[in-house]
Amino acid sequence: MINTKYFIKGFFCIKSANSPAIALFASFIAIGALFKSIGFSIQESIFSTLLTYALPGSLIMAESLILGASLLNIFLAVWLVNARLYPMTVSLFPLLTHKSQPRLKYYLACHFIAVSAWLIMKENYKSVKRKYRLDFWIGVGVANLSVAVLATALGFFIADYLNKDMMIGLAIVNPVYFTCVMVGAMKTIQMCLAVILGSILGILFYFISPEWCILLGGLTAGTLAFFIGELHGN
Amino acid sequence: MAINIFLAILVTSLATYISRFLGVITSKKIKETSKIFKWFNCLAYSTLSALLARIIIFPAGALVEVDYFIRFIVVFICLVVFLISKRNFVYPTVLSALLLAFLSSNL
Repeated sequence: MINTKYFIKGFFCIKSANSPAIALFASFIAIGALFKSIGFSIQESIFSTLLTYALPGSLIMAESLILGASLLNIFLAVWLVNARLYPMTVSLFPLLTHKSQPRLKYYLACHFIAVSAWLIMKENYKSVKRKYRLDFWIGVGVANLSVAVLATALGFFIADYLNKDMMIGLAIVNPVYFTCVMVGAMKTIQMCLAVILGSILGILFYFISPEWCILLGGLTAGTLAFFIGELHGN
Repeated sequence: MAINIFLAILVTSLATYISRFLGVITSKKIKETSKIFKWFNCLAYSTLSALLARIIIFPAGALVEVDYFIRFIVVFICLVVFLISKRNFVYPTVLSALLLAFLSSNL
């Protein structure tokens, strides 16, 4: 089923120096506290992180509930903000495929795709034999999801002790961590352009459509970056 | 609250899982050495950057309460710390929380 050795190896990647654990922990504490403030029970909070796990989607859900949006509205808003998981999956899973792994395992393992686990895998896949990469990935995913669930529960319980300034402090950790990661990833012309154009166009498209800005901005920026990079030999 | 929380959670997770699921289906036909794979890699990084820029400039949740200029300064300082600390991820992340909490309570 799952190769234990590689699963454990993947699991303990969470302890590495550039691991997203701190950012993940901080942002899910904030989510746990937010869930409590909008009337979730502890079971519902844990259930939500366990099932969705991608953070911006949970935030959208919480905001929509406060505004009293319909289920259809929630579905569309979450789908739009989390659709970035599609290119993330396509740029990761071809690296993990091996004929010895059962198909169903991929459909279950893709649940762990969120930016934190994805980044760990992108950095480490070369050091793992192809045959065991999926097992390694499941280890990485389980570790990240566990951190997220624990932080959600903790955030729920300490919600009353967090004042407004602390919540604001927690909310900035994740964006700052990933800004650093993105800057760190700018190693080729293609990557530099993808990151820089992505940020600029994401903002510009916001003025046209706040809902679609991430997808349209990302699609335009990524495609431009790809072609310019190809023309310059990466 | 007008609608059932449990249903909202299910709908949210479903809307999230769809993109992952379709990603796995598409991945079946894509080789890691192909141009398409490289294109998708660019798309992944650019959509992530677009999302980040949106969260920092037009945030949702707690960050709305902080002035746009303060958010920008904090991200900028942390990025500088990241670069001069030889790309250490711990310093800028911890600093960001302390700095923003301090600035938002004192300004």
